[in-house]
Amino acid sequence: MRKRIILALIILIIGSGVAFFVYKTEPKLNKNFETQGAFLKKFPFRLGLDLSGGSHLIYKADVSAVSSGEVGSSMSALRDVIERRINLFGVSEPVVQVEHSGLISGSGEQLIVDLPGITDIKKAVEMIGQTPLLEFKTEAPKGATQNATVDKNGKVTLDINSQYIATELTGRYLQKATLEFDSNTREPKVSLQFDATGTKLFAQITKDNIGKTVAIYLDGAPISTPVVREEIPNGQAVISGNFTPNEAKLLVGRLNSGALPVPITLLSTQTIGATLGESAVNAGVKAAIIGFLLVALFLILWYRLPGLIAVLALSFYTAILLAVFKLLPVTLTAAGIGGFIISLGMAVDANVLIFERMKEEIKNGHNITDGIHAGFKRAWPSVRDSNTSSIITSVILFWLGTPLIKGFALTFGLGVLVSMLSAITISRIFLYALGIEKSNKFTKFLFSSGFSK
Amino acid sequence: MFIVKYKKIFLSLSVILIVVSLIFIFTFGLKPGIDFKGGALLEVNYSSVRPEVSLLQDKIKTLNIDQALIQPTGTSGYLIKTRDLNESEHETLLTSLSLDGKYPVSEKGFTSIGPSVGSELLRKAIISIIMVILAIILFITYAFRKVSRPVASWKYGIITIVTLLHDIIIPTGIFALVAHYTGAEIDTLFVLALLTILGLSVHDKIVVFDRIRENLREGDKKGFAETVGASTSQTIVRSINITLTIIFVLVPLYLFGPETTKNFAFILTIGLFFGIYSSLFFASPLLVWIEEWQTKSKKS
Repeated sequence: MRKRIILALIILIIGSGVAFFVYKTEPKLNKNFETQGAFLKKFPFRLGLDLSGGSHLIYKADVSAVSSGEVGSSMSALRDVIERRINLFGVSEPVVQVEHSGLISGSGEQLIVDLPGITDIKKAVEMIGQTPLLEFKTEAPKGATQNATVDKNGKVTLDINSQYIATELTGRYLQKATLEFDSNTREPKVSLQFDATGTKLFAQITKDNIGKTVAIYLDGAPISTPVVREEIPNGQAVISGNFTPNEAKLLVGRLNSGALPVPITLLSTQTIGATLGESAVNAGVKAAIIGFLLVALFLILWYRLPGLIAVLALSFYTAILLAVFKLLPVTLTAAGIGGFIISLGMAVDANVLIFERMKEEIKNGHNITDGIHAGFKRAWPSVRDSNTSSIITSVILFWLGTPLIKGFALTFGLGVLVSMLSAITISRIFLYALGIEKSNKFTKFLFSSGFSK
Repeated sequence: MFIVKYKKIFLSLSVILIVVSLIFIFTFGLKPGIDFKGGALLEVNYSSVRPEVSLLQDKIKTLNIDQALIQPTGTSGYLIKTRDLNESEHETLLTSLSLDGKYPVSEKGFTSIGPSVGSELLRKAIISIIMVILAIILFITYAFRKVSRPVASWKYGIITIVTLLHDIIIPTGIFALVAHYTGAEIDTLFVLALLTILGLSVHDKIVVFDRIRENLREGDKKGFAETVGASTSQTIVRSINITLTIIFVLVPLYLFGPETTKNFAFILTIGLFFGIYSSLFFASPLLVWIEEWQTKSKKS
């Protein structure tokens, strides 16, 4: 008996500790938030764009020029580059994700960019669009069709784009770019150093094209078409394209922050104003608190003593789950809060199942202690199976779903997992710790439910 | 147990509800939101007074954005729905809404979804629903594998799916009826609500079937129909109580929760109600009916 009480006390202390942690790490609740240690400041709730305000952009990546085996690495290179580019602008916690094409996701490779706090889409699009796309192209073989335009004076202009064909060498193989000045003409030049793969590709291209020109394209336009004199094995190239010193400097900065390995186009955009997000948070919190109170009231009125213990277990459940959200961390969205609120309902369900069973067993002549034991034991299979099906559902939704559905599935699935712990373990420990052995009128009253006396 | 005794009445009631809902769905139709068909949604707020809708309509007509649907929101804002817009079109639209600076306006939110993204979201939503249903049949077949007599365990799975369709079709029908008057559209959250109904409803069916499983295993001498009836009445209090608890959290979510989850809470409440109804008054009669039908066809 003493062991049970000690165990219950330990649980009480741990539970309160978790609740205290949630409270201390939340700037809105804790007035002294700014003055406390750095450790506690690290765990505020992470709010999704729909709650914190910000921009959500979906880009389509054109990978038609990339061989199929290389698509994955090109896309992760693209993600890294855009992440670096955004970081230059000091956006806090941007999320850049690659969505690969496949049976389920369908149409093509996509890049999803979330920029919290940035509600000016124009600025956001510029910030990402400014990234230069660097390409190296070689002369088209003789006899290939060339596009030409004839102007009204009869002058024929060959379209330069049809004179060159793309090679595999692009800005993604760039290690670094530096600004140099020609020692004779004082003209600014941009010197490039390729990485290992880029060096090999560049050596091959220069070897195959001695005596011909190689075109260097920036953002789809040729900026320099030098003639290759000899094979260049060391992976160094120089662009001298009539730059002003400022242009050259800017280009170096842009190249170093990363050139886009594949071209991208904007598919869809979304911005959520900060006020809209904040009112959604307040509304969600209010709804959750009222819902919790109603459920607590119902449980205590209907299930009496076990109901009270269920409310206690439910409070611990809420504290543990919120702490999990902070620690993982889980990005909370409106749909995610919905998932959390529904998992509250599921957590209650396990307790209701157990209490109904307990009551039945006591009615069938068990004393209270045996009744509690039998109630837990017999309710377990249905708690296990129903929660397993909920977990299966949330796993599938998380796996297949769109970002909104994923947010819901994550909080819902975690909620169901934690609820199995709180409903089964915590309520059981407390019920046993109460140590009600005697079956008299009063204890029977405490363990019955509904309208019965 | 009256539910099993009058099973034909309950079964026909459910069938009638399903048919009526299907009629609603097909006559009123379901309008896809911009999530699914692509398009743009702009929410703006006027700092003082908002201009008349007709003034805005006339202005937007000059912009080459085709049609715009304008709905008032709050006391001084509008929701404007158009085809999907690129960044410069978005800028033009926003500046034009101030009617040459006469009505200062600020943007609260903007969404533009390309048609290809929309159709992809729809495809994902449909695949998710199908996968969830398949996984549930498999799980129930597995969980009830020991109770293969008198009704094979996979039939529990099939019954669950039939009742799930019941639980999804009826709220969708009611939504179609309501949307016919309010102009509500189906979006990702609507699909999410249906998926949640699926989850909660299976949860429920498993609890009832679990009781049947337990009573069958304990070698009840009673007939199958009676065992099912007894099991249903044993779980009825729990079923009603748990629906009440979840409704206790959903009603505040509907009344006080974020604007975006209002429709979600509404559909979920309806779905939950019919979910519990079908666990008690549709799944159990169906189970008994299948068993009787099996015995009959064996004899003949």
